[in-house]
Amino acid sequence: MTPTPSAAAPSAAPAARRVLAQTSFETRAILRNGEQLLVTLVLPVLLLLGLVQTSLIELDTAGASRVDFVTPGVLALACLSTAFTSQAIATAFDRRNGVLRLLATTPLGRSGLLAGKVLGVLAVEVVQVLVIGAVALGLGWRPDVAGVPAAVGAGLLGTAAFTALALLLAGTLRAEGVLAVANLVLVLLVVGGGLLVPPDQLPGPLAHLAAFLPSGALGEALRGALLGTGVPALSVVVLLGWTAAFGWGATRLFRWH
Amino acid sequence: MPTSPAPNGAAVVVRGLVKRYGGRAVVDGLDLEARAGAVTAVLGPNGAGKTTTVECCEGLRTPDDGTVQVLGMDPVADARALRPRVGVMLQDGGLPTGARAGEMLRHVAAMYASPRDLGELSARLGLGAFAGTTVRRLSGGQRQRLALAAAVVGRPEVVFLDEPSAGMDPQSRLAVWDLVRELRDEGVAVVLTTHLMDEAEDLADHVHVVDHGRVIASGTVRELLDVDAGEAERTVRLDAAPGLDLEAMASALGRGGPDGWVVTEPEPGSYVASGPADARAVAGLTAWLADSGVLASRLTVGRRTLEDVFLDLTGRHLR
Repeated sequence: MTPTPSAAAPSAAPAARRVLAQTSFETRAILRNGEQLLVTLVLPVLLLLGLVQTSLIELDTAGASRVDFVTPGVLALACLSTAFTSQAIATAFDRRNGVLRLLATTPLGRSGLLAGKVLGVLAVEVVQVLVIGAVALGLGWRPDVAGVPAAVGAGLLGTAAFTALALLLAGTLRAEGVLAVANLVLVLLVVGGGLLVPPDQLPGPLAHLAAFLPSGALGEALRGALLGTGVPALSVVVLLGWTAAFGWGATRLFRWH
Repeated sequence: MPTSPAPNGAAVVVRGLVKRYGGRAVVDGLDLEARAGAVTAVLGPNGAGKTTTVECCEGLRTPDDGTVQVLGMDPVADARALRPRVGVMLQDGGLPTGARAGEMLRHVAAMYASPRDLGELSARLGLGAFAGTTVRRLSGGQRQRLALAAAVVGRPEVVFLDEPSAGMDPQSRLAVWDLVRELRDEGVAVVLTTHLMDEAEDLADHVHVVDHGRVIASGTVRELLDVDAGEAERTVRLDAAPGLDLEAMASALGRGGPDGWVVTEPEPGSYVASGPADARAVAGLTAWLADSGVLASRLTVGRRTLEDVFLDLTGRHLR
């Protein structure tokens, strides 16, 4: 039950204002942090330029132009870097430094803190899409405009899965451990997770495995949407499954202390 | 669940609190009260259970047994109603290292409908000089002052300060103590944990001495020091070579017999003698030291301190 405070009692700012303040605080924290920017903006843009301008990595684009084929994968990578790597590291250190506990004692509360984090991730992703999209358009990217809503939906689903995984790690491991694991996972998924190179073009067992990873599913969904070939149902199911699993784990296992 | 403070005016009431970590009781049947308009100190050595106790009051930990009431409400179940009315300063600060000091304070203030005037609060605690500095680069004292500002910016009715003076330079400490007294005068219930005797003695209206997860003594500073018992009981402190004969020292103080003197050596070379200290007793002590060929590096006579009380109660050295 929620007792009504007396007229003189100090009161909280409206919930929307609290969450908005937290969103802006989180967004600024990511955009101002050099290492985070390296992972969330510099790395995707470099990969975009490298993959489009050179043929160091051979890709079967199935008739599409190289930039049309590569850009959706780079957007999937951007989603992974912000929703997972950057968020896991930031939350782990905030947890270690007591920031999560302190903010949880203010009227923001735990739910407001979580909402602010998720919205902060989305805000950074908007910046990423604008920057990466602009560079790609400059390189001749012509996405299927009809597929944009589906791409946004897939991006939101991927963000949910990766953010849940980020919180699961950040809430259970030591900050230094999260730093190592989050970066390692990023590198492994970039190389063999089906983000940039479609799962079926990966060598050996990865060709079968990667489609069932959240990275491969998001890569396939974004390529399908933006190349105009349609989002594979399997990708959606895989992303939903991972979101449920990571979300369940994070809810059950997250430790504030 | 009642919505008003307890009938006796206590803003915080803890009864039989038990909190275990991995089966070990860190807090073990602790009782505590804190009134509005008063500073309540929870005093004890590191590991006594002070932080866990206030974290249960802040709703950050759920008690394994016993009850906690803050403003008549349950800190966990009624967290939403309590958060705007309770200010918290954590022992580890809880400040994000990448944020600038001023930005952090503005951010916490944005959570409240009518926060304190930030300019005035910053001036009070001297935050202006480092408002543009990131938390990472602040000194320990600067972080503590910023954390205190964040705890009080929402005009709380109850404030929990966990080791507020840790790492502070003397000037910062005075500024913090001034603000704490002002909060008390405004009717705020201030609960602070400390292992510093002087902080509890100078600041607190009420002291709970905690050891091994329980309150072992409780009362006003005067009550605890037994000041009203008169001047008969006083303390002589002596720093000299370690391992002196304690019984012989008591006899020297009592001019031939112990005469009510009790001498302890809580740390090697640091002696505390309690008894009827007068000029003759001190003369007897110095004569004995001269006869023994021992040079005292420090000799003071004074009333008992909370430290003496703590030693009496536990036999443990506090600081």
